[in-house]
Amino acid sequence: MPEKVLIIKGHIVDPSQGIDGIGSILIEKGMIKGLFLSNEFEGGSIHMRIIDAKGALVLPGLVDMHAHLREPGYEHKETIQTGTFAALRGGFTALCPMPNTNPVNDNATVTSFIIRKAFQEGYCKVYPIGAITKGQKGTELAEMALMYEAGAVAFSDDGRPVMNSLVMRRALEYSKVLDVPIISHAEDLTLSEGGVMNEGIISSSLGLRGIPRVAEDIMVARDIALAKITGGRLHIAHVSTSGSVELIRRAKQEGVKVTAETCPHYFTLTEDAVLGYNTNAKVNPPLRTSEDILAIKEGLRDGTIDVIATDHAPHHRDEKMLDFDNAPFGISGFETALSLSLELVREDVLTLNDLVTKLSLNPSNIMRISSGTLKVDSDADITIVDPHRKYKLTEEYIYSKGKNTPLLNNELTGKILYTITKGRIYCHEPA
Amino acid sequence: MKKDLVSIKDLAEEEIRLILSTAFSFKDVLKRDIKKVPALRGKTMVNLFFEPSTRTRTSFELAQKRLSADVLNFSVPASSVVKGESLLDTIRTIQSYGADYIVLRHPCSGTPHFLSKIVSASVINAGDGINEHPTQALLDAFTIQEKKGTLEGLEVAIVGDIMHSRVARSNSLCLSALGAKVRFVGPPTLMPVHIPKGVKVFYNLQEGITGVDVIMSLRVQKERMDSAFFPSEREYFKLYGITFERLSRADSGAIVMHPGPMNRGIEISSEVADSDRAVILDQVTNGIAVRMAVLYLVGRDNA
Repeated sequence: MPEKVLIIKGHIVDPSQGIDGIGSILIEKGMIKGLFLSNEFEGGSIHMRIIDAKGALVLPGLVDMHAHLREPGYEHKETIQTGTFAALRGGFTALCPMPNTNPVNDNATVTSFIIRKAFQEGYCKVYPIGAITKGQKGTELAEMALMYEAGAVAFSDDGRPVMNSLVMRRALEYSKVLDVPIISHAEDLTLSEGGVMNEGIISSSLGLRGIPRVAEDIMVARDIALAKITGGRLHIAHVSTSGSVELIRRAKQEGVKVTAETCPHYFTLTEDAVLGYNTNAKVNPPLRTSEDILAIKEGLRDGTIDVIATDHAPHHRDEKMLDFDNAPFGISGFETALSLSLELVREDVLTLNDLVTKLSLNPSNIMRISSGTLKVDSDADITIVDPHRKYKLTEEYIYSKGKNTPLLNNELTGKILYTITKGRIYCHEPA
Repeated sequence: MKKDLVSIKDLAEEEIRLILSTAFSFKDVLKRDIKKVPALRGKTMVNLFFEPSTRTRTSFELAQKRLSADVLNFSVPASSVVKGESLLDTIRTIQSYGADYIVLRHPCSGTPHFLSKIVSASVINAGDGINEHPTQALLDAFTIQEKKGTLEGLEVAIVGDIMHSRVARSNSLCLSALGAKVRFVGPPTLMPVHIPKGVKVFYNLQEGITGVDVIMSLRVQKERMDSAFFPSEREYFKLYGITFERLSRADSGAIVMHPGPMNRGIEISSEVADSDRAVILDQVTNGIAVRMAVLYLVGRDNA
C-alpha cells in the first residue's frame, strides 16, 4: 500500500463531525491524517496515490451490526473470508456476526476462533456477537463476560428468540455488568409456529402458513417491559412491523434504554415478493405490507429506528431450491444494502447525513466500536460510492456465496467505487 | 390448456367447463363393458406421492389405465424427505424415465408450482399442503352439476376446517368461477385469515346451512385438536356435525358431499352419510371421469 493516499473532490458526509461538503481526505499509514473542506488541499505530491472522487460520496466505512458469516460450521453457505469480502463490496468496513454458527458462539473459544480467523483471512473488521444462552437454547445464560473478554461486543440468540421471560430478564440484568446491548430477535414462537411468510391476503391465497405481525409486536412489548425494570440496554433487531415501530417510539419517549434496527428489505419489499413461491423472498421476520413499509420509513425518519443493518443471511443454492416450507429463511444482503438505503434519500425519507448516521455512526456507538467516523487519527475506514450509477444485480455480480435475494436481476442505483479499510484500498470499479 | 394443472387459478372459466363436459363423455366410457379408450396410449404417467394417499392415488391410477397410459407409482415416504433426499433429484430422476405426466402430491404448499417450472412433463397437482387440490374441486363441481343441472346461483356451504383444507381452497375458487355462491361454515379458529371476495362466513352451522343447495362437509384432522383449534370431538360434533335434524334447515333437495375419508360421528352422522342425500360415492366414481378429462386435456393446444 502506498504511504500516502489523497481522496479528492468527493462529497464528504461525516455525521460524527457534522461534515457535509466537498473536500479531501489524506490517509497516511492506514490512518486518517487530514480532512480538508473546500479546496484547501490541492494537488498533492507525486508520492501520493490520488483517488479522484468527483461526483461520489465519501463516507465513513459502513458498519453492519447484524450479519451471518456462517463460519464455523456452515462453510458451504459462507465463510469469514467470502463474507467479509462480500461486505467490503457492499461498502462495509466493520460487521458483527451473529452467534448461530455450529458450534454456537456461546463461549470464549468460539469467539476467539472467529476473531483470529477474521484477522487472518478477513477483509474487514469483525466484532462477534455472543449467544445469550448456552447453545441458544434459551435456558442457561452463556458465559457473557468471558466472551466479552475474548472480544464479543453484544449478545443475542438471533434466530431463536429467548422465549422464557425470566431468562430474558436475567440476561438484561446481567448484561449491565459489561454494559453491552442485548439484541432481541423479537418473535413469539408459539404464534409464529409453522409460519413461512407474513400472515395475510397473500399467505391465504398461496396456502402458506402465516407469521402474524403480532408475533413480533408481543415480544417487542415484552422486551421493552423487561428493559424498563432491569435498566439493561435492549436493541431490537430487524423491525418489520408498524406495531413494533410504535412500541419502540413510545418506549423511547418514556426513556427506556432501547435502540432498534431495520433491514433494507423491510423498507423495500412487501409480501408480494413471495408470489410464485419465491424462496429467495423467504426471510424471518417475513416481508410485510406497504403499510408496514410506511411505518418503518417514518420510524427511520423520526429516529425511532436508529440503525440500518443487513441481516445478511447467505444460503447455498440447493437449500433455496426447495419447496417453500422447507427452504431456509434468509436474504443475502451485504452487496445491496447501500443501494437500497440510498433510495431513502432519493425519496426524501432521510437526509444523507441521517442515512450515514444509521449505516455507520449509530451502529458503532451502540456496539461501542471505534468506527463510523472520519476524524483525524482514526483508522482510515472509508466508503466511496457513486450514488447515481446503475448496475444490474446478477448472480455473477454477487460475490457472497449466498445468491439468495429476491432482487436478483433488478437494476439498482448507487454503486460502490472504493472501500478502504485501515488504509487498504479496494477498487470495485476498475478504471 | 396450459402444460400443468397446479391451481384452479390456472384455469379460465371455459377451460373448467371444457373439463366438465369432457368428463361427462368419459363417464359414459366408464359405464361400458370395456371401460377403456386408447386416448393416451404410449404416454408415461408417474404418480409421485410424498404423502400417504389411497383414494386420490388409486383414482388417478384407474383414470390413467382407462386412458391406456403406462403408469408408474412412485411413493416417497415422508421420512426419506426428512433425511434430506433432494426433491429436485427425485423429480429429475423421474424426468429421466421419460415421464410425460407427473401427478404430484406433497405435504408442502407450492411444491407443484416449483416443480412445474423445472420439468418438461405436465405436472398435475394431486394436493399440495394446505394449498390446493384442483382435481377434487373439479370432481365436486362435476358432481354438483350432475345432480343439480347447473352451478349457477346455487348456495354451497363448505363446513369445517377451512383454514387447513386444500379441498375448500380449490372448491371456493372453482365454484365461484362457475357462478355458485360459497359460504364458509366453521369455528373462527379454523377460518382462513383472509376470506376470498364474495364468500360469506358463518360460525353457526344452523344459520350457515339455512336454504343451501349443497353441503360440503370437510374431514376433521385429529392433530388440530392438540393445537387448540377446538376443544374436543364431541363438542365439534355438537356444533358442526351434519345431522338429519340440521339438514332440515337446508333446501329440501340439498345434497351432502364429503371428500373422504369420513370421520363418522365427528363431522357427519352415519345416518346422513348413508342416506340418499349423500352423494359421497358418486364423488368417488366421478373422480375417475374428471381425472381422465384432466389428463386428456392438460397441455393440449386445441383445447
